[in-house]
Amino acid sequence: MALLEVRGLEVAFPQGPRDEALALRGVDLDLDPGERLGVVGESGAGKSMLAFAILNLISEPGRIRAGSIRFDGRNLLTLPPAEIRNIRGNRIAMIFQDPMMTLNPVLTIGRQMVETLQAHRRIGWAEARKLSIERLGQVAIPTPESRFDSYPHELSGGLRQRVVIAIALLTDPEIIIADEPTTALDVTIQAEIMALILRLCRDHRVGLILITHDLGVVAEVTERLMIMYAGKVVEEGSTRQLIEHPGHPYTRGLLAALPQRVARGQTLNQIPGTMPGIADLPAGCAYHPRCERAIAGCHINIPVLEAHGSRRISCFRPLLAGAEA
Amino acid sequence: MTGLAEERGLVEVRGLEKRFAMPSHFLSREKPVLHALNGVDAVIRRGEAFCVVGESGCGKTTLGRIVMGLTEPSNGEVHFDGSRIDDLGETRRRPFRARMQMVFQNPYASLNPRRSVFDTLAEPLRHLRPRMRRAEVREAVEAVMLAVGADPKWGRRMPHEFSGGQRQRIAIARALVTDPEFIVADEPISALDVSIQAQILNLMTKAREERGLTYLFITHDLNVVRHFGDRVAVMYLGRIVELADVVELFDRPRHPYTRLLLEAIPKLEGGSFERERQPGELPNPIKPPPGCAFAPRCPLADERCRAERPALKPAGPARVACFAVEEGRD
Repeated sequence: MALLEVRGLEVAFPQGPRDEALALRGVDLDLDPGERLGVVGESGAGKSMLAFAILNLISEPGRIRAGSIRFDGRNLLTLPPAEIRNIRGNRIAMIFQDPMMTLNPVLTIGRQMVETLQAHRRIGWAEARKLSIERLGQVAIPTPESRFDSYPHELSGGLRQRVVIAIALLTDPEIIIADEPTTALDVTIQAEIMALILRLCRDHRVGLILITHDLGVVAEVTERLMIMYAGKVVEEGSTRQLIEHPGHPYTRGLLAALPQRVARGQTLNQIPGTMPGIADLPAGCAYHPRCERAIAGCHINIPVLEAHGSRRISCFRPLLAGAEA
Repeated sequence: MTGLAEERGLVEVRGLEKRFAMPSHFLSREKPVLHALNGVDAVIRRGEAFCVVGESGCGKTTLGRIVMGLTEPSNGEVHFDGSRIDDLGETRRRPFRARMQMVFQNPYASLNPRRSVFDTLAEPLRHLRPRMRRAEVREAVEAVMLAVGADPKWGRRMPHEFSGGQRQRIAIARALVTDPEFIVADEPISALDVSIQAQILNLMTKAREERGLTYLFITHDLNVVRHFGDRVAVMYLGRIVELADVVELFDRPRHPYTRLLLEAIPKLEGGSFERERQPGELPNPIKPPPGCAFAPRCPLADERCRAERPALKPAGPARVACFAVEEGRD
């Protein structure tokens, strides 16, 4: 069984007095120990919502309406709050886009690290300090002893994100959920941080759920890929396979729209239109108004994720080599 | 390639410097100064897409704003079509304003939320072409909306009713409505989703072909530069460190920083994040190092690099500011 197993997850937000709109419309996700999974989608596709839902962090007025989230065999949605806290930030760690969502600006980095450790286990200050400095060293922070006493504002954005990673590693988590961890950083710093995350996950066999809009980043870091559109998974399979032979027209459209995919100066392959909001989804497949392969049935019926070899595609007319003209 | 002196461009900047005074500590007499631009020369040729690429703090946005007259340079000159424009007052600058326009990164901030789309698009005409009659303004606005793929019925609606991509179309329409020759685009697609980025880039390419536009295109995204640009200037800490034709730059990056940038691009084929690096940081722009600003991160840096500042010099068909390249140590 997978270490993390999400089934039929629905997250709803109120729409007017009686209605609800679904931000997640039945999402399944599996993560094996040490596996690196990418979740890709445009803004509003529900990818961050998925991360928050997994940690049972959906805040009012949103709510998890249906589904189950099993971690190590236990359903996080029915666990008492104390036990969830023991998993969240401990066995499942989270890295956000903005390091200051994790870091407290008025406490030294060292104090925050020690407190994190002490929140999850009985450990003395001296030992916690030693372990914290060791972790700062592991994320290649120069002079970790002196950085232990620094405040977050004394560090650059890249170093702050390294500190956040060091904090995430303190409790030896089994899974790291990283939500756009390098989107706010410069390209060269992004390369450093992603190389670091990749190495740490490999060396310590930590599972990774990497949420991003950047197909290049998931191609570099992950083994498996999930493409989300309007609250649903539209395609899921090995990263290589999806990038080389996309099966869902949306996956193909996203890849084809990248400037590196056409000859210099040629017109880019744009996807017409925009993704619908959760409150105004079209009938049938949510992608059909933008889809070049849509047929009459796509306007009426909602496709489900179906297995096609080793991958799953949610489409009535998937792009399968040799399947259709 | 000819020297800067002989080249005639639509837009020329010479020796641009910009210093920003920073708030000083209340106990200190020192007045810290941030050096945003440290002597930038560039010639933008008529009809080309001149890209400026670099990371945050390199001065690329300041450069665009100075060219547009939105920020005053501390030193140096800006010339447009043969006339010096950086020292003109508002009235004498006005004829140039219609000929040069700007598109900003964030279409949520750059459109006035209280102004209808029609008024947003008509405003530059009312301001810069006061003699235009109402019917002519209406006609021009509708024509530009059609040109950018916006429904003329959008005119009466307000910006908040539109998605990011639609707003950026409106912002581009506003830039095009005075029929300019030159557009400064500062990260025009960075805030947009991938599928929308392609729409906007295609629109900018089409506008360029149809109107013979010249672009100063400011971006951090090298994939976009490769697709869209003709020439590219790579900036680091307020200076151009490499200037080359786009194809040349990608085929043969010369400056160590350019190489680092190219290696850092995530690739669909993978392999960019396999090599781990020590944290690299931009030096403090308030106390820049005495030598080459990139020396603290540079694998090729030696004593000279840390003491002296390299100038932008021809290197093959490109121009590079690097002693290692000059001395053949690269």
